[in-house]
Amino acid sequence: MRYVATLHVRTKPEVRDPQGEAALGALRSLGLDVSKVRTGKEIVVTFDARDEAAAEEAIRTMGNELLANPVIEDYEYDVKEAQPA
Amino acid sequence: MTRVALLRYPGTWSERDFEHAFSLIPDVETKIVWHEDADLRGFDAAIIPGGFSYGDYLRAGAIAKISPATKELRRFAAEGKPVLGSCNGFQILCEAGLLPGALLRNASLEYRCDWIHIRVESDRTPWTAGLARQVLRMPIGHGEGCYVADADTIAELEANGQVVFRYTDERGAATLDANPNGSTANIAGVSNAEGNVVGLMPHPERCVEALLGGTDGYRVLANIAHALAGTGRAIFK
Repeated sequence: MRYVATLHVRTKPEVRDPQGEAALGALRSLGLDVSKVRTGKEIVVTFDARDEAAAEEAIRTMGNELLANPVIEDYEYDVKEAQPA
Repeated sequence: MTRVALLRYPGTWSERDFEHAFSLIPDVETKIVWHEDADLRGFDAAIIPGGFSYGDYLRAGAIAKISPATKELRRFAAEGKPVLGSCNGFQILCEAGLLPGALLRNASLEYRCDWIHIRVESDRTPWTAGLARQVLRMPIGHGEGCYVADADTIAELEANGQVVFRYTDERGAATLDANPNGSTANIAGVSNAEGNVVGLMPHPERCVEALLGGTDGYRVLANIAHALAGTGRAIFK
């Protein structure tokens, strides 16, 4: 079965996000009343797995071993069956 | 003869500088080792030089952590052999979990290329024996050198003497101005609990002779020959 997983990786709340701070300053300079900006990234992975449980396990391996660094980042994900082309 | 492996990942750029640096040190020979062919048997120490391994994609050092060389490095480090990572090499060691903590974008968001001072906080590593409390002047060149770890880890590192280098001014005071990247507690380098694996953001290989503007890197790198020969004292050049 083919699956598509979307991971949202974010810097942990207690860890500084210098890119977010820079964007905050820039947004304020546009005259907007912005109080906080946090950045992150979205990673979309298409892969094959036996069933949904195996797909979940694979995506957690991807997140824990490579796509996020647990020292500084958290991630969330959702997995769906790929739509036939 | 002390045999030092210089690991080369795709995008590593400081391995030749390390090769040159060690060529100035008596009784040390080096070999540049491609990451896919990494076999560290027969080597006495390993260096992870700086650069932009895998283009810094995903996070600096992240992709290198799953290379065959890093697997071999884990085995080598577990045997207690000395390992030194500089700049991107420090980032790789942190990503691989061989050192605690992580390196974020510099607090200034600027790439910093400069000469800075670091104070040696621990002489209980093969790289810093005999250098306790010495203030060294070294170059840096990095965009992601802001060292962070959770508060418990930082407290543990301080208590165990695993903070090896701290950014200071030229007199050895760890001031805010002396911190080039926003690192927690001015930390410039740390070791593992055993002390054999050390990472730092500055570049010891770029200050090994007067022509390069400084020689303090020689004092760190030359240590490896003496540490392994059992004399355990840095020589000063």
